[in-house]
Order: sequence, then C-alpha cells, then structure tokens
Amino acid sequence: MDALSSGFLLKIALLAYAAGIVGSLSALGREKAANCIGFGSAILGGLCGIGAAVLGLASGTAGTAAFEVWPSAVPYVKFSVKLDALGAFFVLIVSLLSVAVSIYSLGYARGFYGRKQVGVLGALYNVLLLAITLVFSSADAFCFLVAWEIMALAAYCLVSFEHEKSETRNAGVLFFIMSHIGTGCLVLGFLLLFQATGDFGFEGFRALGGGMSPARRDAAFLLFLFGFGMKAGIVPLHVWLPEAHPVAPSNASALLSGVLIKTGIYGLTRVLLDFLGAPPNWWGVTVLTIGTVSAVLGVLYALMEHDLKRLLAYHSIENIGIILMGLGASLMFLHTHHPVLAALALIAGLYHTINHAIFKALLFLGAGAVLQATHTRNMEELGGLIKRMPKTALCFLVGAVAISALPPLNGFVSEWLTYQSLLQGFGTTSSLVRLLFPLSGAMLALTGALAAACFVKAFGITFLAQPRSEPAAQAQEATPAMLAGMGLLVIACLFLGLFPATFVKLFDPITRQLMGQELSSQLGLAHGLALGNTRLHGGTISTLGMALMGICLLPVPLVLWLWFGRQAGTRIGPTWDCGLRGLTPAMEYTATGFSKPIRMIFKALFRPRREVQREYDYSPYFAKTLRFQSHIEEAFVTRLYRPFNRAVLRSSGRMRALQAGSIQAYLIYIFVTLLVLLLLAL
Amino acid sequence: MTAVLALFLQALLLLALAPVVTGCIRSWKARLQNRRGPPVWQPYLDLAKFLRKDMVISEHTSWVFWFAPYVVFLSALLAGLMVPMLTAQAPLSLFGGVLAVVGLLALGRFFLALGGLDPGSAFGGMGSSREMTIAAIAEPAMMLAIFTVAIGAGSTDLSQMVQASQGPAWKLFNPTHAMAFVALFIVLLAETGRIPVDNPATHLELTMVHEAMLLEYSGRYLALMEWGASVKQLVLMTLLANVFLPLGIATDASPAALGLSVLAYLGKLLVLAAEVVLVETTNAKLRLFRVPDLLSAAFVLATLALLSTFLFR
Repeated sequence: MDALSSGFLLKIALLAYAAGIVGSLSALGREKAANCIGFGSAILGGLCGIGAAVLGLASGTAGTAAFEVWPSAVPYVKFSVKLDALGAFFVLIVSLLSVAVSIYSLGYARGFYGRKQVGVLGALYNVLLLAITLVFSSADAFCFLVAWEIMALAAYCLVSFEHEKSETRNAGVLFFIMSHIGTGCLVLGFLLLFQATGDFGFEGFRALGGGMSPARRDAAFLLFLFGFGMKAGIVPLHVWLPEAHPVAPSNASALLSGVLIKTGIYGLTRVLLDFLGAPPNWWGVTVLTIGTVSAVLGVLYALMEHDLKRLLAYHSIENIGIILMGLGASLMFLHTHHPVLAALALIAGLYHTINHAIFKALLFLGAGAVLQATHTRNMEELGGLIKRMPKTALCFLVGAVAISALPPLNGFVSEWLTYQSLLQGFGTTSSLVRLLFPLSGAMLALTGALAAACFVKAFGITFLAQPRSEPAAQAQEATPAMLAGMGLLVIACLFLGLFPATFVKLFDPITRQLMGQELSSQLGLAHGLALGNTRLHGGTISTLGMALMGICLLPVPLVLWLWFGRQAGTRIGPTWDCGLRGLTPAMEYTATGFSKPIRMIFKALFRPRREVQREYDYSPYFAKTLRFQSHIEEAFVTRLYRPFNRAVLRSSGRMRALQAGSIQAYLIYIFVTLLVLLLLAL
Repeated sequence: MTAVLALFLQALLLLALAPVVTGCIRSWKARLQNRRGPPVWQPYLDLAKFLRKDMVISEHTSWVFWFAPYVVFLSALLAGLMVPMLTAQAPLSLFGGVLAVVGLLALGRFFLALGGLDPGSAFGGMGSSREMTIAAIAEPAMMLAIFTVAIGAGSTDLSQMVQASQGPAWKLFNPTHAMAFVALFIVLLAETGRIPVDNPATHLELTMVHEAMLLEYSGRYLALMEWGASVKQLVLMTLLANVFLPLGIATDASPAALGLSVLAYLGKLLVLAAEVVLVETTNAKLRLFRVPDLLSAAFVLATLALLSTFLFR
C-alpha cells in the first residue's frame, strides 16, 4: 500500500491529537513544555489532516481511507472510520483551522502562565480536535454519536475553562443542557434509521434512500433538523451560542465558532442529501426559511452587541443562516429534479462553510489578541488600537471585509454563488413557492448590508480614533506566534477570494457523490480567472480581475495629484472640535450610539428601554453626573424560553406529589408499569 | 486592442461626465428655486481647486484615513466599467455583473464610513452610522428590483440584461419594469444622498450624512471623495437608464450606431437628472426615522414588480 495514503495520514492525525492529550497532561506542572507539546502536536495533527483530506478528495468519491479505530466484538457496536468526499472536505476545514489556531495558541497560551493550567487547556483542545475529526470521518452512527458526545463534553470544559466567573459557569451549563437535548434528538433519529436497516452503518443508511414510509422520513427529518440545528445554532435554538462562545479562551472560541457549529451543517448535509432520499418540497422550504430568518436575526442581534466576542458569536448565527440558504435551495432543486442547480446551491453553501470557518476564526483570534492586550471585551472601552497593534488591526480588517461579503475577498464569492443559485431557482417551478427565492435573496442583501454596518462599527470603534480607556492606550502588539496564526488565515481568505475557480475543483467529488454532477469545468472560465456558469448563462465574476484592475486604475488619482497638486503640502492638525477646548475620547461616537438608528428602526423586535438619571444643582441642562442605561429585550429568551422553563418547572412541581419518598409507593409504580407493559405486549 | 480602447474610453467618459451631471443637477435645482446658481461646470473647478490645496489631516487618524479615498474612488470607477454605457457590451463585463457592481459600491461605502470614524469626531461617527443604516435598508429594495430584471433576462450579467431587453420581446410599457424602475429610483435618491433622504447642500448641521463623513477631509483626498461620489451617482443613473430603457444603445461599434448611442445616452441622463431635480425641489428632507418608510415603499414596489411577473409574461 502506498505510504502516503489518505487513511494512513488520517491515522497519524488522530494519533497526533491523542499524543497531544497525553503529552500536555503529563507535562501538567511545566507550563512551557505543556504549551509546546499540546499545541505542537495539534499543528502536526492539522497538517496530516490536511494531507488526508486533500488526498481523500483527490482520489474521488469511493472513500479510500477506511479502518476501524478498534475492533469490537459486540454486535452493532463498531468504531469504523471512512473518509468519503463530503467528510474529507470537512476534515480539511478542521485541519486548516487546527494548524492556524494552534500556531496562534503557542503565543496566546502564555497569557495563562501562572494563572491557569496550560496543560489542561492543551489536553482539552486536542480532545476537541480529535473528536471533531472523528465526527467528520466516522462511518457508522455509533462511532458518530460517541465522537459527538466527546466533542460536546470537551467543548463544555473549554467553555467553562475560566470557571471563576459566574457568567462562565452559567454559559457552560446552558450549553451543556441544550447540547444534550440536541443529542437526544439525534439518537432518536438514528434509531429510526436503524429500525429501517437493522444496522448502524452509514453504508446501510445510504442504500435506504426513500425506502422508509413518508411519515417516518418526515419524523427523521424533523429530529435531525432539531438535533443538528441545535449544534449549528439556528434561530430559535441559538440562545446558548452567544453565551458560550465568548467566555471560552479565544483560541477555543475560534474553534467553536469556526468548526464546532459546522458539525451541525455536516450532519444536516450528510443526512438530508446522503441518507434520506429524494426530499419532499417542504423540507427544502423549511431549511431555506430557517436559514433566511437565522441570517437576518443573527446580524440584527449582532449589531446590538458591544461585547466584541459576543458580536462575533451572533455573526456565527447569521453565517449559519447563509449556509443553510444554500442547503435549503439545494434540497428544493433536488425535489424539482434539477441536479445541476442542486449541485450549484450545495457548492454555494459549502463554500460559505469553509469561508466562514476561516474568517470567523481570524476575527476571534484578532479579538483574542485585543482581549489579551487590554483585558476587556467591551468595545466602549477600546479605540485607537490601530496605532498600538497595527498588524492585529490589519488582520482584523481583512476578516471584517471578508465577512461583510465585499469584493474581492472570499465572503463575496460564496454569497455571489448563493445569489446565483437563488436567482436560477425562480425558473425551476411555476408554483408560488418560487417567490421564496428572490425574497430570500433580498433578505441576503439586507443581511450583507447589515453585516457591513456591524463591522464598520466593530472595527471602527475598536481600532480607530482615540483610545477610550487607559488599558487601550497602553496596549501592546500581539506576539509573533499569534500574528503568524492570524497571517495564515489572512492568506487563506485571499486565496479563497481571488482564486475561486481553482478552489471549486475540490467540490467535484462531493457533488459527484451526492448529485452525480461535476461543475468545476463549467464554473471556471477564462483559464480559471473568472467564475461563472456557462450552461446556465447566469453571469460571471472575476475577483482577481477586479483586484488587478483596481491596481491598474491606481495611477489615475496619482497622475491627477502630480499634475495639479505638486505644490500642495500636508499639515497635521487637531480634529475639528467646533471651537471648543479640544476633543476628548468621551466625545467620540460609541458603539451603542452607532447602532442606535438600527435599534430604532427595528424597535418592534428589540423593544429598547433606556434609563437616564441626572443629578444637578440648578438646571437639568448643567448636570453634575449622568447615568445612562440601555437594554434591549432578547425576544427569544423572554418570549419563548422563559415561559417554557416556567411550564417545565410547574409541571415538575406537580409531579413531586408522586415522589413522596416511600418505598412501597415506588414498588407499586413499578408493578403497575410492568402490568401495563405486559398488557400492551399481549 | 479594441477591448483596451473601449475600457480606456469608458473610464475617461465616466470621469469626465460625472462632475457635469452633478453640476447640472445643482444648477437646474437653483433655477427651479429662482436662484441663479453655479454654472454646470462648477464641479470641475471645485475639483481642480481641491487638488491644488494643502491638506490638513487630523492627528488622531491612521492609514485607514488616507486609504479610504482611494478605495471610494477606485471602486466607483471599477463598478462603472462593468455597466454598459454606450455599447451593450460593457468593457469589464467578464469581471462581474450587477452583483459585483453592488458589491463594489458597498466596498467603497465601507471604507467611506471607516474614514468618517477615524478622526474621532462625533460628526463623522454620526455620519457613518446613518450612512450604513440607510444603505442597509435600501439594499433589499435595490436587490429585489434588480432581481426582477435579472430573472427576466436569466442573468446577472449587465450586458446580457441589456441585450435581453433589446429584442422584440421588449416593450416600452411594461408594468413590471415600471415598478422596479420606481423602486430603484428611490434607492438612487437614498444612495446618492439626495433630498428626501440626505441634503447634499448642508454643511456643519446635525442632519448631514454624507457631508459628515467628509468633514475632516481636505485637499486632494476631498477631491477623490467628491469625484468618487459623483462617479457613483453616474453609475447608478446609467444602470437605471440602460437597463430599463435600453433604447438607442449601440450593439455594434459602427460610427452611426455609436453616434446615436451617445445622443440617446445623454438624453436619458438629462431626463433622469431632471427627475432628481424635480424630486429635490418639491420635497422636504425627511426625518431620519421616516426614511425607512420611504425605503420600505420601494421594497414593496419591488415585491409587487416581482409578483407582477406572474401576470405580464
């Protein structure tokens, strides 16, 4: 067997992560060693994972890498691993981030020296990576669920890593509970599939196709949508995400938002496109609608945040929504038998998946650098960091432009593909449902524009103008390792943005596996310089062309300047202060002020409240002190979760009467239950 | 070779024509309000003046402040090269269609807003905040109106959209296009900072939006910003004129067709400019929180346009 096969590399990757766990735990007391061993082996694991994924994708659909993690004699219980095209793509995502985030962590973990156990952080970090890689590569439901649970537990531990703060503990518990409700649904869903095939293997599920009755398929669809949707953070199951992701250490936040929520996307793609057969129309409609709603609400709530990491967490909800738009459209096209369009929509969704992983990780790493330098996540206390941390600022700006879907970076490319598939969707049916496509497109436009507004705020308030607090004025640039990690992701953003026609070749095995189509030859035009769809005449873009043309046009302003303004000089002066005594940072626009117009326009959703207290001696116009408080209502928490919580507590209060503590009563319950079951069995 | 020539000519035309359109609007508006007003070529003189002047740059700014004018100017120019002006084939049509045009304009706006925040003045922050808000609520109406036409043409490529409306199927009176046109016209007013949304004549007032972001700019950076804004206005007007009323646009490069195309294009631009003047003169500026009403009207119109595709086929 070829030494560098995909399976071999995958084994090494898994072993490297395992070695990272053992190594960093055994170096528990020695922080430097724990740091190097833990994150060093994660880098190795990531590199091998990239190799395994690329080889797996290159070798085609069949899934060359197949082995058992360990042999098992128990019937049904197998730990088999097989890397097919779809899994390999997601392994590529996790491995790519593993490399970049681990390099960053080598520097970032120094912030915990003397404060926390770096060895524990390194071990948990490797557990998470190991489990996620297994989730993407497992070939039967049992292995999948075990890996899924390990992943959830590792994520819980990472979220609660700084458990001294009560905010962190509460977030951890919320994450734990909601994650397990989701897992419960997944177990039920897989049991439904098991009932139909009699085996837990994914091979069997795949052959199942439409073999189940419609009612069971619908039930399975809903269970999986709920279970995987919980992990992905779709609205209204998203409430744990903005609590849990920000409180984790920033390198873990990058993995959580970048990859962990993508396991939900992977699960949905795997189950809906691979297992459950031809989808009825309402599945696609549901997924597309959920995607649209998540995208718009996610970005609207993000705009209201002035906690830098919470803001980024809400943007994850938005981007999951955009990914689901592609997936939902793909399902709808499969229903109407348009496999080419279905492949296009799937490519749009998956392209956005990897894009989001990269720029969101980049932004979280940037936020982590800011947090380490200033010890605050509150944007109202930041400002002016571009002068103290110029390289971090540049990296964050690239991430901000990419996530705002602006050309020529990668966010624009995947949203362009999403627009293309939505627009082409209008012609696929003649029913009224087709209006959903352009309306979703319009909502995508709203989302994009709001995201741009949000990142003008995030970057402008955090990095520009004058520092608003002493720590921000004293901030230090991030360490070289942290900058290297961010720099890698910047390069990835540029590559995915400028060379999309090269990158879409990776999707060929996936779409061949799921739809029997290959689109890269149609998508790549003009020797791979432009992206378009020749068969559908949908339009073309060339981000590389735009970037080069922009550079070519640069002489226009320069020539004008040389022609007219040779004598013109430049003076440095104060900002215009309306003739007062000079501007102070307190007079700058704040993050809360920046988002006020949006808050007022969407006040039906936010229900903003504000309290202003003034203390004055003579006239309210000359206040001595001013206290301003502003709140928005988190509609899903107050309208949905609190009433639900209350109902659960009330009914369990009633149930308490049954549980009086007397053994005799319990014996009677058991006896009655037994009788009822026997009667039912008869 | 002809492609490079066309590119060069269109860039030149965009740069040369944009200030005079702004000048026309200003001058006609003054006439309609019984003022004498500046001559139509005043914007050229202003630009030349700005280019010659010294710059005063705020001490709080960073490289973003000088980067922004270049991005604003170049993105508008680049977007203009993707829109068919005189010939149905735009020079950079391969590089992107209408979605790229919208994206490039958004890129310019992103950096314009950052440039407004950089000097740390409250005026700039306020302007940036309002600009991004208005753009965000204008965007869905704009996209939906564009989609309506794009769906009809089966493409987001502007050259194909124009060519699709060249054929015999194209009709002058098409309710779908009429509603989409009005929706896009309202968006044009919002995007270019025209009166019901923003007042281009304000300076140092609390109501200003675009001006507030430019407050700290001077000299050649101000020239680039102003020029970029008028190129953006010209791009949006060309989009409206040529996609909805492709009458007279040249489909080949013969001198006769091009001559006719120049006349038709200038005629359409003047009519559009006159419409803007009429709207600006007969309306008062809306309060900021009434602007969403106007833009949701545009959104509803665009939705109706889309719905009407079921009726008028």
